[in-house]
Amino acid sequence: MTILIIAEHGNTELGPATLNAVTAAKAIGGEIEILVAGSGCDGAADDASKIEGVTKILVADSDEYANALAENVATLVSKIAENYSHILATATTSAKNIMPRVAALKDVQQISEISEVIDAETFVRPIYAGNAMATVKTSDSIKVITVRGTSFEAAQEDGGSASIEKIDASGDAGLSQYIGSELSASERPDLTSARIVVSGGRGMQSGENFPIIEAVADKLGAAVGASRAAVDAGYVPNDYQVGQTGKVVAPDLYIAVGISGAIQHLAGMKDSKVIVAINKDEEAPIFQVADFGLVADLFKAVPELDDELQKNGFTG
Amino acid sequence: MKILVPVKRVIDYNVKVRVKADQTGVELANVKMSMNPFDEISVEQAIRLKEAGVCEEIIAVSVGVQQCQETIRTALAMGADRGIHVLHDGDVEPLAVAKILKELANKEGPSLIIVGKQAIDDDSNQTGQMLAALLGWGQATFVSDIQVEGEQVKATREVDGGLETISVKLPAVITTDLRLNEPRYASLPNIMKAKKKPIDQTSPAELGVDPSIRLEILKVAEPPQRESGVKVEDVADLVDKLRNTAKVI
Repeated sequence: MTILIIAEHGNTELGPATLNAVTAAKAIGGEIEILVAGSGCDGAADDASKIEGVTKILVADSDEYANALAENVATLVSKIAENYSHILATATTSAKNIMPRVAALKDVQQISEISEVIDAETFVRPIYAGNAMATVKTSDSIKVITVRGTSFEAAQEDGGSASIEKIDASGDAGLSQYIGSELSASERPDLTSARIVVSGGRGMQSGENFPIIEAVADKLGAAVGASRAAVDAGYVPNDYQVGQTGKVVAPDLYIAVGISGAIQHLAGMKDSKVIVAINKDEEAPIFQVADFGLVADLFKAVPELDDELQKNGFTG
Repeated sequence: MKILVPVKRVIDYNVKVRVKADQTGVELANVKMSMNPFDEISVEQAIRLKEAGVCEEIIAVSVGVQQCQETIRTALAMGADRGIHVLHDGDVEPLAVAKILKELANKEGPSLIIVGKQAIDDDSNQTGQMLAALLGWGQATFVSDIQVEGEQVKATREVDGGLETISVKLPAVITTDLRLNEPRYASLPNIMKAKKKPIDQTSPAELGVDPSIRLEILKVAEPPQRESGVKVEDVADLVDKLRNTAKVI
């Protein structure tokens, strides 16, 4: 049994999301290989070869993979798929774009966002925004699976010495073209991998008030998130969104500010180790999942928290 | 051009889902059902393209039980022109839906198929991508903006870390994300008019598709519950607890 992991990477370096898929692959058991499909992607391949527990890195280095267009990457993966029992990727937006395409090309019913491995054919996955957990068993000969990153620890990124093998490119499908990206420029850590996340909700009343939670975030070295309500109201961009339809996070500490705790938001953060809620409505559902709840007006409490952190030596 | 819009009947967004006591699934009896919210965004987008003169006809498709016709009627009341109901009792998985939609696409010849990025029941996020693969078409997933420009569609995609813009050759599959638009409510006159719009009925067998289930559901369980914690007195108490009790800062 050999498992193929599709690497998440930025060509010059490997993305940390890949490490969660490696841990899921170890839980399934068998040899683990990683495919790095990119352009000028030796850096990412080198990083991948150092991951503990991986035996081989396959590198397809060609222009058509530069921006991970689904049509091109899926064609490549489907060509080598027969060599593997399982094809895995952590459920980033890139993997969610590519993997179902691979599954359809191989006539496989994909299993999305598994949160637990029972055995090589049986997996647990959240449904209904995490309000139910389904245990499913597949009969497909190749298993195409995406992995919920927050459910599996990151594998050790060094200590391994996998061999690197170049493979042939599959050509440009000519169906789509990359034009450009507008990535949020931020010095803060990435939401999905941050150790601490501070999020604001509708209670923030306006995007202009977000600097008060950003100040707290910066003292703690935290990422800033938001509820869907805050995104819908236009306070912050969509890539801040934590929830079932946004990002799923599980930091050591999650501070929810002015967030009532709609089901769809809870689905995106309830696996956090410690949850703090600051809300003036003591009936807000967020308090049912919070380890520490502070019933207070956020416009008073958040600046106080900022001062208190400063006093305790958190200066960012 | 023609636009095909698949619409799925799911438990309403506002209903608190309950797992059945025998762990075979979730309670569906006497539960309010509605159109999947992402599919409403798809229907809205198709209507806007029609209003802009880009599209001539919008066909709403639903796969499933007889009551899926209500979901199609909702799309017709919003502004779709006609419906196709693929009658199937029992669960149907994304791969089978994609195969059914492929057959319908081959019959109808749409230039665009606008699919919700995921259904809020099984949360698979697969159907659009699978359909594009089966048709050999390009795809633009999780889009927050689209512009049809001649034989191309330019799409802005919601990706981790921000936005990405790609251009895809027509015909293509689009999957919709939240910020693409705000779906309209159907007006009463349009709801009345929708009753007269045609809905054709067919079946997976007539389309030559085997809808058999590939993933056997062994169990559906409640998620692990979090114990609710304590209320803190003030900010100083909170910082103290985070430092000394939880030790996370």
